[in-house]
Amino acid sequence: MSVKVKEYRGTYYSRKDLEEGRVMAFKDRPEARYAWATGVAMGRFLAELKQGRIVGRKCRVCGRVLVPPRMFCEMCFRPTDEWVYVSDTGTVLTYSVSYLGPAAERLKEPIIIAVIQLDGASPGIGILHKLGEVKPEEVKVGMRVKAVWKPPEEREGAITDILYFRPVEEG
Amino acid sequence: MERRVAVIGVGWSGFAPQTADVSYKELMFEAATRAYDDAGVDPRRDVDSFITCAEDYWEGFSIFDEFVPDQLGAVLKPTCTVSGDGLHGLVNAVMQIESGLFDVVVVEAHSKASDILTYEGLLKFAMDPIFTRPLGWHPYALAGLEMARYLYDTGNTEEHCAMVVEKNRRNALANSLASYAADLTADDVMDSRPLFEPLKELDVAGLADGCVVMVLAAEEVAEKLADKPVWVLGMGWANETISPELRDWCRPVYAEIAADMAYAMAGIKNPAKEIDLLEVDDRFSYKELQHVEALGVCDYGEASRLLEDGVFDRDGDLPVNPSGGSLGVGNLLEASGLFRAMEVVLQLRGEAGRRQVQDVEVGVAQSWRGLPTASGAVVIFGSEKEVKKP
Ligand SMILES: [Zn+2]
Repeated sequence: MSVKVKEYRGTYYSRKDLEEGRVMAFKDRPEARYAWATGVAMGRFLAELKQGRIVGRKCRVCGRVLVPPRMFCEMCFRPTDEWVYVSDTGTVLTYSVSYLGPAAERLKEPIIIAVIQLDGASPGIGILHKLGEVKPEEVKVGMRVKAVWKPPEEREGAITDILYFRPVEEG
Repeated sequence: MERRVAVIGVGWSGFAPQTADVSYKELMFEAATRAYDDAGVDPRRDVDSFITCAEDYWEGFSIFDEFVPDQLGAVLKPTCTVSGDGLHGLVNAVMQIESGLFDVVVVEAHSKASDILTYEGLLKFAMDPIFTRPLGWHPYALAGLEMARYLYDTGNTEEHCAMVVEKNRRNALANSLASYAADLTADDVMDSRPLFEPLKELDVAGLADGCVVMVLAAEEVAEKLADKPVWVLGMGWANETISPELRDWCRPVYAEIAADMAYAMAGIKNPAKEIDLLEVDDRFSYKELQHVEALGVCDYGEASRLLEDGVFDRDGDLPVNPSGGSLGVGNLLEASGLFRAMEVVLQLRGEAGRRQVQDVEVGVAQSWRGLPTASGAVVIFGSEKEVKKP
């Protein structure tokens, strides 16, 4: 059922009316800032990134290696048992060629975002990152990739210490 | 109640002004582990549903409930958030069990206040953007306004409020969880710097981090698992208007309504006689007197006399906030109500250590959601399944 409305009642206004103050409006923005404690697992993970290493935690009961690490296993509900270094090489589990930036702006060059199962992490556990040095049409699920790191002096203990992952040829 | 529900386990973590060594997830995992150990349950096997109480702005995450299952053992199980105080979450847990849907339900609430850099900014964002925010005053000034009219109407005095602070912060000396235990006097409070008259610096509870997790179970499960199940005998909750313009500045009507509902459920006719112990919100000193009166323990204006007579002391006839309250333990944000419930549970189990109140069978936890709200909940707990008739 529909009614074809040609004109709605009320007063029409445009963006220009808003910008030029012809419509009464209040502007406010939240002061909402946080400094989250990284805690044990995230703190060690970030400190290791700064050293060019990727660390996970292993649960001895289910045997999984969790990357990024956490101090508890969500499936077994118990503390995880040990720190395990994983490789900075891995396999693309899924990817998307992204034409919009974080503010929904259209990008001139698309970025390729991907989930990467690092060698040493348990099957199906993949970190979220980006791919580089590859054309969108060349990316495939199952593709082998390796981290491209920032130079050591520029690393700050953040996920962006890895710039992106690039394809590797393996023979 | 149709189906009796009991608390069968409690756990906590943190309870410090700063917990920089752990993430909120690690804080929650620790409290949950304690609660499950206390209850003798495995969350992966025995718990049917999980409720977390959180406010996205306190956490700095959108849709915060999505961030909680892992550290509670709730992955692949029913989980939801109650956007409110921990006691509101507890009430929902009870209803999930009463409905017959679940037998064992977990409720969690925490404060990671030390992660927040702009506490005042968040409070301000809870105020009306057109009528209140542009006025440019600190949100705690609302408490000053309420305290002024409350004292004016009731005849209770600033000195009585200062006595509440003395009592609670001294009570906290016997509570190892308390962050703000202190051997100070009402005079120290009166001498502290004015903030928003008549509210002074020491009338206000300081912030603290902490997490509380509770396991609730249906009667048949509770009796099998727990040596000392603590029964939920009644509960109530209510919201007034959020508009301060329309609010009663003297009486916390939300607490009156919540208490009436809970008393009716528990069959309590004479609260002063039938209740052995009260934990009420005291994030501002005057709120304790106001809440005690709203809970019908005495008329408005009479709490001051009972306070003077020592009735509310830990060894008095009706101890109020033997835990130390928020003034002694710290303002735990949305965990404030659940912390009070935990204190009542420990007291009724006889496990409150140096602060144990003697001969307690019925205890009441009351929560207020904090500024700028006028809402809260009341839950009545008992070591027996019924309130004994006097
Ligand atoms: Zn595991």
